[in-house]
Amino acid sequence: MENNKALRVFAEEVRLETLRELAHLGFGHVGGAMSIVEVLAVLYGGELRHDPARPRMEERDKLVISKGHAGPALYAALALRGFFPKETLLTLNQGGTTLPSHCDRNKTPGVDMTCGSLGQGLSAACGIALGDRSLGRDSYTYVILGDGECNEGQVWEAAAFAPHNKLDRLIAFVDLNKQQLDGACDDVLYMGDMTDKWAAFGWHTQKVDGHSVDAVLDAVRRAKETHGKPSMIILDTVKGHGCELAENTFPCHHIAFTAEAIAPSLARAEQMLADARKALGEGR
Amino acid sequence: MSYTVKKTFEKENVEMRAAYCATLIEMAKSDERICVLDSDLVGSSGMKPFFKEFPERAIDCGIQENNMIGVAAGLSAAGMVPFAHSFAPFAVRRCLDQIFISCAYAKLNVRILGTDPGITAAYNGGTHMPFEDMAALMAVPEITLVEPTDSVQLRWLLRELKDAWGVYYIRMARKLQTGVFEEGSRFELGKAAVLRDGTDVCIVASGIMVKEALAAAESLAGQGISAAVLNTFTWKPIDDAALAAYSAKCGCFVTAENHNVVGGLGSAVASSLAKSLPAPVETVGVQDRFGQVGTEAWLRTEYELTDRAIERAAKRAIERKRG
Repeated sequence: MENNKALRVFAEEVRLETLRELAHLGFGHVGGAMSIVEVLAVLYGGELRHDPARPRMEERDKLVISKGHAGPALYAALALRGFFPKETLLTLNQGGTTLPSHCDRNKTPGVDMTCGSLGQGLSAACGIALGDRSLGRDSYTYVILGDGECNEGQVWEAAAFAPHNKLDRLIAFVDLNKQQLDGACDDVLYMGDMTDKWAAFGWHTQKVDGHSVDAVLDAVRRAKETHGKPSMIILDTVKGHGCELAENTFPCHHIAFTAEAIAPSLARAEQMLADARKALGEGR
Repeated sequence: MSYTVKKTFEKENVEMRAAYCATLIEMAKSDERICVLDSDLVGSSGMKPFFKEFPERAIDCGIQENNMIGVAAGLSAAGMVPFAHSFAPFAVRRCLDQIFISCAYAKLNVRILGTDPGITAAYNGGTHMPFEDMAALMAVPEITLVEPTDSVQLRWLLRELKDAWGVYYIRMARKLQTGVFEEGSRFELGKAAVLRDGTDVCIVASGIMVKEALAAAESLAGQGISAAVLNTFTWKPIDDAALAAYSAKCGCFVTAENHNVVGGLGSAVASSLAKSLPAPVETVGVQDRFGQVGTEAWLRTEYELTDRAIERAAKRAIERKRG
């Protein structure tokens, strides 16, 4: 049982709102959005310095969603935190929307970097961390990578760059959900042990249960206590976690569905949220 | 815009890279946002003095151009003004997606310096000889493409870019260039500089081809042909108004570029004229070929990037105008 019951409630809220966004659309990157729900809850639940009224305040912490297709999950967290009205979530992917399929820093309040062409976000995060350091800010830069995304060579250029430049206010996550578009990551392109790889590149590396808000929170706090090198937190996750339909579909990188097909998943997510709220109430 | 064209054209006594480095040092002294990135070419780019003076704002990324451009985008997102350098083929061809998505589409504020354009890559040969860098970037929306002619224009350009916002690609020969402009000349981005007025044909030139264009115009004058010479150091946005005005005045054009005529300056000029006042355009430049190794002088002849080639093209253009 998790200790951080308020964070669990927030995580279930993010999951439910993300699912509602995608259900409204009838298709989308469900799997990879579901698998980063807990890390988003930990960041926007308190670890990431932000102010919804001042989304561009210089001293904020920044978040780069390098796996830009997980935008819908970030949008849910941002809406719940008050960056924009929750009703906006239902405009996902519509012409003229502020919520495009892939994250765009110019369209969505609270989005810090534009990503979507995989492999580029870690480099941008390195630059943001360098810039904040150069301008004397104490901000942290967070970045979320996909495990499939780590096929890209540029990721490993940045993997070498960050420790060399001692970017210790850079905290990266790999969402190790073990699937990419064409199937299981190990079948498409076996990359070896992700934890060993980042450690070998000189990162402070941890591997945690990516669906435990307690574990992710502890890992982020340990990362903040690490000096002289960047931190990598490998999130051991399940692609589609908390969405029955996605969990039962392989691969579930991008799925299309009818309202009837997604209805049981929505109902379960609603129940999970109700249970989390009950647990929080009882805890109080 | 207030520039003065020199009376005579000689090699400058300062290399372009030295002017680049000195100007960035001067800018960085008064602006903490200025920073530079290189990809294991600091020895070539002449930026060692900058690295020495501002070690905390100078980053040698190693041989990883993609990451360098991404880091530059991130630095800009944090409020810095990055100048990132590699040889033009690697800065552009290799990094097109990073320039497109992380910089331009993200509407960030990045300056990319690509050196050794076209035949100035000389002994490095075909692998390092970009005839396509401007063409590749031409279709990146909102980007500005510039090729400074001499150290005076370069210094003006860098200072101009200090407080500008956007993605700027600077195509620059590293070594000694022919001086065209008097010290203190000022220009306007997107506006052509008129180096010589004329009425029979208009030569539109950039980079190392400017001195060839001026020599050709001088030779043509001796034959009773009045040639105007425009220096379109900004390839994008191209100066539509000047081209339309010279189309009315001269009625035909020669473009002169150290670049593939496909997708380069010749294409930009022809495309602009097609929208305003169409006129015959002869294109002097690399005729859709790859680069190769050799001295700059040998390559100049091999690819016909000469004053003589411009002269011949001018006569063809005039013939076509007369129909």
